[in-house]
Amino acid sequence: MAPTPSSAPSSRSLPRRAAVVGANRIPFARSNGAYARASNQDMLTAALDGLVARFGMAGEQVGEVVSGAVLKKSSDFNLTREAVLGSRLAASTPTYDVQQACGTSLQTTLLIANKIALGQIESGIAAGVDTTSDAPIEVNEGLRGVLLAANRATSTAGILKALAGLRPGQIVPEIPANREPRTGMSMGEHAAQTAAAWQISRRAQDEIAAASHQNLAKAYDRGFFDDLMTPYLGLTKDDNLRADSTVEGLAKLKPVFKPAGYPDTEATMTAANSTPLTDGAATVLLASDEWAAERGLPVLAHFVDAETSAVDYVHGDEGLLMAPAYAVPRLLERNGLTLQDFDFYEFHEAFASTILATFAAWEDPIFCKEKLGYDEPLGSFDRSKLNVVGSSLATGHPFAATGARIVPTLAKLLHEKSRRDGSGGRGLISICAAGGQGVVAILEA
Amino acid sequence: MSNDWYSDFVNSSIGRTIAGQVGLPPVPRLRRYEPGQPLLSGPALLGTATADGRVAKVVRSLLTDLGIEVHDDPNAPVGGGSSTSKVAAGIIDATGLSGPMDLAEIQAFLTPVMRRIGPSGRVLVVGDVPAEATAPAVRAARRALEGLVRSAAKEARDGATVNLVHVADDAVGADLESTLRFFLSSRSAFVHGQRLDVGTVPGFSGSSQHVDWDKPLAGRTAVVTGAARGIGATVAATLRRDGATVICVDVPASGDALARTANDIGGSALQLDITADHAPATLLEHAQRHGGLDVVVHNAGITRDKLLANQDRDRWNSVIAVNLESQLKINDALLASDVFHRGGRIVTVSSMAGIAGNRGQTAYGASKAGVIGMVDATAPLLVEKDATINAVAPGFIETAMTKAMPVGTREAGRRLSSMTQGGLPVDVAETIAWFAQGASYAVNGQVLRVDGQNYLGA
Repeated sequence: MAPTPSSAPSSRSLPRRAAVVGANRIPFARSNGAYARASNQDMLTAALDGLVARFGMAGEQVGEVVSGAVLKKSSDFNLTREAVLGSRLAASTPTYDVQQACGTSLQTTLLIANKIALGQIESGIAAGVDTTSDAPIEVNEGLRGVLLAANRATSTAGILKALAGLRPGQIVPEIPANREPRTGMSMGEHAAQTAAAWQISRRAQDEIAAASHQNLAKAYDRGFFDDLMTPYLGLTKDDNLRADSTVEGLAKLKPVFKPAGYPDTEATMTAANSTPLTDGAATVLLASDEWAAERGLPVLAHFVDAETSAVDYVHGDEGLLMAPAYAVPRLLERNGLTLQDFDFYEFHEAFASTILATFAAWEDPIFCKEKLGYDEPLGSFDRSKLNVVGSSLATGHPFAATGARIVPTLAKLLHEKSRRDGSGGRGLISICAAGGQGVVAILEA
Repeated sequence: MSNDWYSDFVNSSIGRTIAGQVGLPPVPRLRRYEPGQPLLSGPALLGTATADGRVAKVVRSLLTDLGIEVHDDPNAPVGGGSSTSKVAAGIIDATGLSGPMDLAEIQAFLTPVMRRIGPSGRVLVVGDVPAEATAPAVRAARRALEGLVRSAAKEARDGATVNLVHVADDAVGADLESTLRFFLSSRSAFVHGQRLDVGTVPGFSGSSQHVDWDKPLAGRTAVVTGAARGIGATVAATLRRDGATVICVDVPASGDALARTANDIGGSALQLDITADHAPATLLEHAQRHGGLDVVVHNAGITRDKLLANQDRDRWNSVIAVNLESQLKINDALLASDVFHRGGRIVTVSSMAGIAGNRGQTAYGASKAGVIGMVDATAPLLVEKDATINAVAPGFIETAMTKAMPVGTREAGRRLSSMTQGGLPVDVAETIAWFAQGASYAVNGQVLRVDGQNYLGA
């Protein structure tokens, strides 16, 4: 067990808690599939319009819309504003963009929730969008240098001189890659190292993947997403979903990412227990209780608190995607909770191995002692409460949209529980992000 | 340009000439309602069949209050013109008939009316309810009106309509106002050769006072199922135009089109499979956002057409579940809940196929006939809530569905009607919006065809 948390100052000293009122996302599509020709702005606008329709907000102004994308063209510098102007929201709705890799839209949720808690706004929409199909392509750095030099030149001769620096190799464009700039390793290669370090088995990873697909399929069957999603471009469900996934079936897939530095460890990661590249957009409507009540809108859950952390993966100190292992204990401590105090655990499945490594770390006395400074480990929790309606391995993972997918998913689960049992509930969200960062949050109903 | 090439052709200048020479049937352009449009575009002729008529004075005060020129003599010069000048309406109070000999007065009035009625004019016969008469001669005379009206409708030209309204003994003048306004206005453009009964379900109660007739649904909240596209989307827009806040419902798979419908009219979108067990509860819960529900339009419907010889159970059941059972379940929930307000209105969509039958549509026809039975039985149950239920039965309506029909079937559907054209979704919507009015409180248990007097099952 974790140590008894100290009575540190908590978010409960905030004037009020923001309510999660509802949400809308478009189904997530595998890269270069149904949304191959849709831009970030198209998808975000569609997701916003579905939200506006669900809550009858056409022509209304909300306090703020905050969104972002990881893969973003330079022309999309004001992506959220442009999407709002093209949406059915009032054009007088202010916006800004945020980017924190896969943590983007949990972070935008936190930003909106904090402003609501402080009474600076009464309502807001947190969102995120990403396309890996309509990805930005930049000109090669060499070519860029030449073109900028030519632009700086003040005479024809100067321009010609600068252009004389053109070389055939410069025609090769820069295409964004799923690679950490400081290590040159792909995210999968990083995750493979972490999986090896924590000795995460192939079977355990496949179990997570199969459960994700099966849970998502069941959730669709019971209409769970009827008020969380609006079809887009002919897609009515996440097209990555394989409802018939089984551990046995997944075991047949060929593993990739042989972990560097672990010569005795076999590759365990497959296309099924790693998230695919995906396109999509998600939005979540937050408000004060008063704002919701005035409109007769439901309050699904309240945003309690959140924590962001980062680890030094560059110097080998920690795995790239292990930041939540640090953020969660800090969040628990601040709120006087233990890891076991939750009804639902919503962990973004970047890779099945990532969340398994995180769980292993929390069960490990050495990690908890040396890295967290706890005398006892955080321990384990009831895995039947993990990702009960599926997560990123099944839905797919448009980087910046995942937080805004998970927040309303958890809020609705808590709302269902409190209606069913007549008692409240609490859920934990954890999202790891590129750059060695992590965002985690608590919701209550 | 419509997708009715024949109509476009015969209404073009060269088309009109050719059509006239070779005897092609004309396709009248129908006057349709726009906000602010006057009730009638010209003078009206108002006749009475007997001294016992009880409706003429109601009609007269309605028309004169609106500044409409009214003449009792069907041969009167009107509008500063002559005794043959066109009129916008001819209305005859045919109540109080004592026997078939009184019908001659109606003929004497309607004969000049039929000569003088203008484009998209309105001929309206208002009589007593036959079933309320016990004497054979009286009942025969009352019943005769229907044959007269249905036949006259087949003679009417240029988009003029001929319709019959029966008024129950219990119904007084004010009870009739929304109905008179509907049949006289261009909201009833495609309602032709039909009969409607007012006040026939006892115990009705309501008021047509203080109605903003330009926004008769102001302050009311309505649900429209099947609102993503087609007729449902038009119904939602029409209810909105008349002042209602609209909750647009459709299956989750149609959610993107549904969101567009809802956002276009400032309504809300509810993605819901109406056949789900939780559907009635979910609907009522959503309506609580708006403080309750005043109008429910059961528009959602599906076809799974097969010859009966080739029909299977799953197809059959899905049609019955969507088109009929879902409505029954939702109605039960409405009756049991205060969320459905006193004075509420349920409007459902039947079909010509439910009246006349249609090849390949045994399941659809069964479901749409079943809807009529549901209306009959539900109407008296709603009286204690001052609520009503009525059905509209569309004929051939120009939609994406009819656009996809084979050309022969489509042309037959259009031309085999007195209006020689298909109706528009808005024609169905206008009728639904009228049923939905608070002022239509005396109209209950009715099935009104919106079909331009289609010959099928007429």
